[in-house]
Amino acid sequence: MSFRWVTLTAMQTQGNNMDPWRGLYAARTAGLAASEVRALFAVASRPEVVSLAGGMPFVSALPKELLTAAVERTIHDRAAVALQYGSGQGMPKLREQILEVMALEGIHAGVDDLVVTTGSQHALELIAKLFLDPGDVVLAEGPSYVTAITVFKSFQAEVVHSPMDDQGLIPQGLRDTIARLRAEGRRMKFLYTIPSFQNPMGVTMPWERRMEILEIARQSEILVLEDNPYGLLYFDQAPPHAMRSVEEDGVIYLGTFSKTLAPGFRVGWAVAPHAIREKLILANEAAVLSPGTFAQTVVSEYLSTADWRAQIDTFRGVYRERRDALLGALAEQLPTLSWTVPNGGFYVWLRLPEHLDSKAMLPRAVKELVAYTPGTAFYADGSGRNAMRLSFCYPTPDFIREGVRRLATVINGELTLLTEFAQTGPVSTLPSEPEGVLPPYAG
Amino acid sequence: MSALTRVVVLAGGISHERDISLRSGRQVADSLAEHGLEVELRDPDATLLAHLRDTRPDVVWPALHGASGEDGALRGLLEFLDIPFVGSSSSAARLAWDKPTAKIIVGRAGVATPRSITLGRDAFRELGMDAIFAAIDDELTVPLVVKPAQGGSAQGVTIVEERENLARAMVEAYTYWDVALVEQRITGTEIAVGIIDTGDGPVALPAVEIEPLSGVYGFEARYNAGETRFYTPARLSPEVAARAAETALTAHAALGMRHLSRVDLIVDGAGTPWFLEANVLPGLTETSLLPQALEAAGHDLGWVYMTLAEAALNG
Repeated sequence: MSFRWVTLTAMQTQGNNMDPWRGLYAARTAGLAASEVRALFAVASRPEVVSLAGGMPFVSALPKELLTAAVERTIHDRAAVALQYGSGQGMPKLREQILEVMALEGIHAGVDDLVVTTGSQHALELIAKLFLDPGDVVLAEGPSYVTAITVFKSFQAEVVHSPMDDQGLIPQGLRDTIARLRAEGRRMKFLYTIPSFQNPMGVTMPWERRMEILEIARQSEILVLEDNPYGLLYFDQAPPHAMRSVEEDGVIYLGTFSKTLAPGFRVGWAVAPHAIREKLILANEAAVLSPGTFAQTVVSEYLSTADWRAQIDTFRGVYRERRDALLGALAEQLPTLSWTVPNGGFYVWLRLPEHLDSKAMLPRAVKELVAYTPGTAFYADGSGRNAMRLSFCYPTPDFIREGVRRLATVINGELTLLTEFAQTGPVSTLPSEPEGVLPPYAG
Repeated sequence: MSALTRVVVLAGGISHERDISLRSGRQVADSLAEHGLEVELRDPDATLLAHLRDTRPDVVWPALHGASGEDGALRGLLEFLDIPFVGSSSSAARLAWDKPTAKIIVGRAGVATPRSITLGRDAFRELGMDAIFAAIDDELTVPLVVKPAQGGSAQGVTIVEERENLARAMVEAYTYWDVALVEQRITGTEIAVGIIDTGDGPVALPAVEIEPLSGVYGFEARYNAGETRFYTPARLSPEVAARAAETALTAHAALGMRHLSRVDLIVDGAGTPWFLEANVLPGLTETSLLPQALEAAGHDLGWVYMTLAEAALNG
């Protein structure tokens, strides 16, 4: 009873902010907030809603019997290893198999050059932890992967975007950005890039550009963090080889089984120059002791017995059909707008008329039972209002077509509304609110 | 008196407030289960009505925010099915859910409510933006509050401090609903008064005073613990607190609300409580106002949620 009395007295005099530990949080947690956009995404999980928002792989296309067999063998034959702590670097056999996967993209490395991580997302976290001090700058494509931005910002780094076109990062834009930051005395640590089927734009950097970007990074003495989740999911022709295929010392390469197998395993990896890799292993151990051995064993068993290359072909077919459905529907329903045409991966970047605000429009979309990710999610600086990312990976082609039909209703409705309220000029834009942290399926 | 054993808690739905509803629903379901009830937590979908018809739970506990949960539609269907449910009837819900309607009804009961105008989008098409804004300028002065006529969690709500932002605020509101309310902003103490009626008549709980750190009790301030400071009971004189409680009870009764509600008021410098809106199903999440008021009044949340279900069953 005395506790209750104390509580009530305190509530009357000082108030209660529902979080007695508020004053104790680290400064870096400032951005960890629930947002309205995040809340709206909750509706996307309902079956009535066509979600073009999430980057969720179509895992139903996986061979269930082969996965079941892999899980059974893991438990029957390899339990002593799979249920035990493992190496902070990841299981040697799986690392050997990862070398085969990477060879498809021209990367030749040794078993000891790579570190298995809990999805490549955790590699991002570890690399940020190794390199970023408060106030450091991370260069990134503008727009860039939402949860990478969240990670870098959580280490109190500033993410500075460098401009892109339909062939990815613009080399001269990068040179200019670096020169400006250098003149301002800023400390740049690395360039984060997704060269193939970029998230969120879906565009791919040609080989010459990759070489030019590498050269700029070399001259500027900044690392390149090459994130390549989608490279093997090409439709018509393979993208150029990874940057890591020609540059060992200046590139940290991230790979994952999340898109070519399944994200539920949370198995990804990083290939890094020797000294960085040693620190990555220590940081990995400090964070998780060892990446999940059970998932690593299942993935390894799957790779040993399944025709995983054929499975990637199956995924390519599924995603190609969905990409075609999305592009066809856009051409039919929204012919006056422009969008990127991806040759692989999961995403199309849709550009809206200048005065449309995709974030402000999201509630209307949810009401029409269609969801997308507003462009603002992919920028650290509030840009991207007049764009959105459409994911074609998860819904069936029919759902995609229906989703675009609904989206056209939403966009046209919003255009009408804005026209009505812009009789004397464009409607002013309200100040940007923080995006907060979006749920995993939104990124 | 029938014995209460089986309760279906409804949470989720496809409204803009789905996420909040899921959190409210879990709180209610867990509390009821702790009191020994057989609880089923369900997301309303195309199978719900058939399921309810087949299984006939003793009571439905709708923890649904937003459209269909609060607008009276689902409640009307439950009335058709003759299944008891917690909270206001479909007709009371419909009146309270529509903010302009609620203002009219509560205003007629003698309660002060800020001067406002309700504008459907069609009005702008017909009469033109400039003419309408000129009329607003003559009658109302900034700061104004622009909100969708229907909806919760401050979604689509803008406080217009500068007149040039009015058009954008209208657009924000219309993104959520085709009718918007433009209301004079009253400066004062923002409070929420919870009302519960477990069978002995409606009782006003201690008012919760809301002091958002950002100055505006918007979405982020509502659902991120630490972003708002709450004072329970509100820092009002006993006379003003009593007036606020009476005002909330008047609103609850005028709208014909049942079992529970939350009435949002602003108390101005002269101690007058102004009615803003009444909530059919107030938020019941960890950071919500009604649970704070219940705890401050010494109630056990589970006991209250169960007693409300019993009142629904035997009411």
